[in-house]
Amino acid sequence: MEPILPEKVQELVDRFAGEEIYLHLETTNGAYASHFDEKFFSAGAYIRNAKLTYEHGKIVGGGPYRVGLKLEIGWVYAEGLTHYGFDEDGHLLMAGHDFDGKLAVALQMGTTPFK
Amino acid sequence: MKTMEVEQERHVLVIFPHPDDEAFGVSGTIAIHTKRETPVTYACLTLGEMGRNLGNPPFATRESLPDIRKAELKKAAEAIKIQDLRMMGLRDKTLEFEDDQKMMDMMTDLINELDPSLVITFYPGYSVHPDHEATARAVVRAVRAIDEEKRPKLHCVAFANNTAEEIGAADIRYDIRHVYDQKMEAMKAHISQTIWMLKELEAGVAQEGSELHDRFNYEHFWTYTFDENDKVTEIK
Repeated sequence: MEPILPEKVQELVDRFAGEEIYLHLETTNGAYASHFDEKFFSAGAYIRNAKLTYEHGKIVGGGPYRVGLKLEIGWVYAEGLTHYGFDEDGHLLMAGHDFDGKLAVALQMGTTPFK
Repeated sequence: MKTMEVEQERHVLVIFPHPDDEAFGVSGTIAIHTKRETPVTYACLTLGEMGRNLGNPPFATRESLPDIRKAELKKAAEAIKIQDLRMMGLRDKTLEFEDDQKMMDMMTDLINELDPSLVITFYPGYSVHPDHEATARAVVRAVRAIDEEKRPKLHCVAFANNTAEEIGAADIRYDIRHVYDQKMEAMKAHISQTIWMLKELEAGVAQEGSELHDRFNYEHFWTYTFDENDKVTEIK
């Protein structure tokens, strides 16, 4: 994974527009957040291999970045993205790594399902 | 608190959801069993696919982490001489959403095949992570369904903040100092998960009387009893 270059990521997001893709989206503060701090309100969401098509996508912000995908009748977005790269199957991986190196958010897509 | 001898077992079955669960809580105890050449099976339900320690700069991705953790798990198992390591193919953070009967059947099949005299898992209600809890419930249900005279002993690991207050202190305490190096080797094998804490840990462990010293030189279990203390419900 490399620090996000917005122009490069925009190009990659454009490449998948209009295609049927498999999408992974997660956000998490870790299963132990409320154990270490009982006042912490733990929340997260996870979707893996959602099959969808977006009309266009956009990367915004000065880093960390936000990426939004406009669907025919809906939206997908993630915020806090810091790094991007590819897995061995050529899926585009975007992730937000916090100051301690912990994953906080991930938005990934490709034309084949994730394992 | 006084320690006790580890009993001689016929076969020990350890069931946890994540690579590294075994290293933190019970690797010393496992090493004691394997030193005696007691067969130990470790059924690890997931590959910890949802681990968050990926580094900044990143050393892993959401997609590469499972293979990394699989290799670490094998290395940790070698460190404590586990001969029978089984990766059960479930997915991290999804266990509580799995079919409860399927989860219980998985545990029942393991027990039927291996006929363990001791099963080790988490204590239901006091093990914090939803996967730990789901694993504990499935194991309790499987063991409970066995006739009382044939039931293996069930030793559980608990670490929720309210544990002592609600179920008291552990009834089992083992001195694992003679296998401490193996425990640390197992901890270090899971380097993607432990690199953050190892330095601090080794300093803390060296400090006689500290909480860390106690946690890594002794291992604790709560014997699960199938009486009014058993709060695991039947599957609906």
